[in-house]
Amino acid sequence: MATTITKTDTLVGKRIRRREDPRLITGTATYVDDIKMPGMYYAAILRSPHAAAKIRSIDTSKAAALKGVAAVFTGKDTEKAGAVPCGASLPGLRVPHHHLLATDRVYMVGHPVAVVVAADRYIARDGADLIEVDYEPEQAVADPEKALEPGAHAVHPQWADNIAFTFHQEGGDVAKAFAEADVIVKQRIVSQRLVPNAMETRGVVAEWRAAERAMTLYTSTQAPHLVRSLVAQILGIEENRFRVVAPEVGGGFGSKIQTYAEEILMAYVSMKIHKPVKWIESRRENFLCTIHGRGHVDYYEIAAQRDGTILGIKLKIIQDLGAYFTLLTPAIPTLSVLMMPGLYRTPNVSADIVGAFTNCAPTDAYRGAGRPEATHGIERMVDMLAAELQMDPAEIRLKNFVRNEEFPFPTATGLVYDSGDYSAPLKKVMEMAGYDKLRAEQVEARKQGKLMGIGLSTYGEICAFGPSPATPAGGWESATVKIEPSGKVTVLTGISPHGQGEETTFAQIAGDELGVDIDDVLVSHGDTSLVQYGIGTFGSRSTAVGGTALYFALQELKTKIKKFGAMMLESEDITFSGGRCTDNKTGKSVSLKEIAGASYRAMKLPPNTEPGMVATYFWEPPNFTFPFGAHLVVTDVDRDTGAVSIRRYVAVDDCGNILNPLIVDGQVHGGVAQGIGQALWEQAVYDDSGQLVTGEFTDYTMPRAHMMPWIESGHTVTPTPVNPLGVKGVGEAGTIGASPAVVNSVVDALSPLGVRHLDMPLTPEKLWKVISTGRNA
Amino acid sequence: MNISLTINGNNYAHDVEPRLLLIHYLRETLGLTGPHIGCETSLCGACTIELNGKAVKSCTMFAVQADGATLVTIEGLATVGKLHAMQEAFWNQHGAQCGFCTPGMIMTSKQILDRNPDPSEQEIRHGLEGNICRCTGYQHIVNAVKAAAAGAGK
Repeated sequence: MATTITKTDTLVGKRIRRREDPRLITGTATYVDDIKMPGMYYAAILRSPHAAAKIRSIDTSKAAALKGVAAVFTGKDTEKAGAVPCGASLPGLRVPHHHLLATDRVYMVGHPVAVVVAADRYIARDGADLIEVDYEPEQAVADPEKALEPGAHAVHPQWADNIAFTFHQEGGDVAKAFAEADVIVKQRIVSQRLVPNAMETRGVVAEWRAAERAMTLYTSTQAPHLVRSLVAQILGIEENRFRVVAPEVGGGFGSKIQTYAEEILMAYVSMKIHKPVKWIESRRENFLCTIHGRGHVDYYEIAAQRDGTILGIKLKIIQDLGAYFTLLTPAIPTLSVLMMPGLYRTPNVSADIVGAFTNCAPTDAYRGAGRPEATHGIERMVDMLAAELQMDPAEIRLKNFVRNEEFPFPTATGLVYDSGDYSAPLKKVMEMAGYDKLRAEQVEARKQGKLMGIGLSTYGEICAFGPSPATPAGGWESATVKIEPSGKVTVLTGISPHGQGEETTFAQIAGDELGVDIDDVLVSHGDTSLVQYGIGTFGSRSTAVGGTALYFALQELKTKIKKFGAMMLESEDITFSGGRCTDNKTGKSVSLKEIAGASYRAMKLPPNTEPGMVATYFWEPPNFTFPFGAHLVVTDVDRDTGAVSIRRYVAVDDCGNILNPLIVDGQVHGGVAQGIGQALWEQAVYDDSGQLVTGEFTDYTMPRAHMMPWIESGHTVTPTPVNPLGVKGVGEAGTIGASPAVVNSVVDALSPLGVRHLDMPLTPEKLWKVISTGRNA
Repeated sequence: MNISLTINGNNYAHDVEPRLLLIHYLRETLGLTGPHIGCETSLCGACTIELNGKAVKSCTMFAVQADGATLVTIEGLATVGKLHAMQEAFWNQHGAQCGFCTPGMIMTSKQILDRNPDPSEQEIRHGLEGNICRCTGYQHIVNAVKAAAAGAGK
């Protein structure tokens, strides 16, 4: 399948294998832990074993005396060095001061208490083990609903009710809708806490050069410029002398958008010891201290007419925030509210959020970030409504979808859906799966006592973050295109890909626009000393926003190319195509290489034109994009063991135009795996004392190859009018579509036993109990 | 303790601390940073290498346990300018996204075919059980192993 491309072909739309892969498959890529500097020290972090405790004293003397230990830092040292930043703001938000190292209290298991710096990582760990901390443990609270009960332990002593914020939003007339309804369905739905688990844990190398007042920070991040701005501000480092590099980054899924304590700490340590220092997170630390996702308890009510027309939706979200905030923590559930109507037309919604502090890791953006919770909720509710009305789940969806002629569609939550044909993927997924035949088969299976389920989800998502007013640190994106004197093309993008493949897709865009071979384009990213400012990679924004910035930079450059072409050909009537400027009258032409060379030699310049061949564009999107799709899952549940077997997984996703189908398939597959993971296996379980019980891969069930079904993937294509590429984004689609489709399928399988709802994860143990007792778990 | 071993066809001899993990010996002492550390508990497989012909997880072995052994890491798979068929297949089939699990995945995938040159999809999936990938959903990795089995990574 290696695709050979000549410059007469278009690159966009082809299954082109990735430009980034040669270094990955040969083991020669450079991740943070692969960086080694002369004289580099290693840091280990001592962390709290308690979820809530006062610190009576810390004795670091034995650690400091250990041979090879260079320095030990505690909260007393870093108290005035600043706090971990939160970029989200809501009216009345209580923001706890998030110290870099604990001072007088710890708030969660894994809370950083001290940093030991040593000549190698083994000695640093030995040193951390020698620190004696005298804790006075307190009763913790690890469940958001328990945290809101009167008399619960106050996570932060100054806020006895554990409420960080409340938020209300409504649209239309929800009271009237519920008063006029024929039927109202209510359900408590849990979207459990998950651990993102990028395969590369976080890591930092910091190098301070005092004589130059210069900091270089290598960090495994999705947003290097944001890290630079925040850490520079926190530590008072001059931003123009602060270089942040995201080298090869081994996955993020939202968990590396944040600026973490350790990034600030390592910069701080390097400034203190005047040596480079490295910290690499262990997997255990990653479980405990890197952000978690989801953590919702949702109370839904849906009102409808007897014919299935949805009249209104009410939602109360209890959001488990954890002990303190990272970059976006309190903002995530507001995304759930924005997307609560899903693909449905209802104008009447009412939503409340209560943000609850718990003695747990902070929650923040994990693949989908608020939208999987919203989609899971509405898609479960629509299935329950269908069951209540004895309607087919497909029929009730088709009845309530926003109609094609209604786009751009203003939603009850204040968004404007850009474009859509919501019935198209549903019809296609049913056709691909053979829906009617499957239903007939199910009737027969049930006669034999078999538990076979067919589940649908039809999802919408809000992507391409985003217009700047809706994004904490700006939502635009930037690109620079340089044509070197030799004609080779360099693209510098402000996004920071870490597996999404934009070194390839952006080379496809540039190759087509400039008429050059894909091998002549190099796409660089992730180094603030190289790239003009950028926002980063998250929220399915990279191609829709960053790709569009690139597109416009290319248009500016093409204008300049044509000016030089016109000058060189001494003609006013010029076409630029296939990498050449051609005089439309004489047919004479000059190549891009000749034009680029001439622009740098600058023996002669076109009127009002500068030498060189470089363009930079910052693009501000006018709206989000709204991808959508339909997933269908066929399950068989074993009556004796409760084990779920996914027999078919069919996904039809509409992400707008597709630049590289091979990469889009990969994004869908990976997203679906994480959604199935949530539906069936994954769960961050804290016990009542705030200990993370599922804190290693031994206890936290990650999807593995033998657990995953074959994914049958299809697409419909509805381009967005929001950007000229027509692309909507696909990074999170699979995750959003998967969990409700799987759960709807399993509930359907168990519906003959009277089951109408089940909360995730649907482990064999949980289902076995349900099957054994015939009751909801 | 003194150890000597052969890695990717080269001979090495070092005096190492008894507690030094094999993965740290490879990565820090020898600069072979292809094998990665994903969990430190043998559960994710990012550190998988070949030791005396068998795929093993180098994060839970001491360097001294590899004394006298013959090792192959991801760096040793390609011969001058020519990728191993499994590497080529991972590239063609988009078997890597972030790439962090990829060196271990390729070493394990190679072993699957070493043991059974024509595995079924289920056999491939079970062969990959010990390696976690968070990006791909495994489907393109399964395709890569199938393609490599079918010949020359096509």
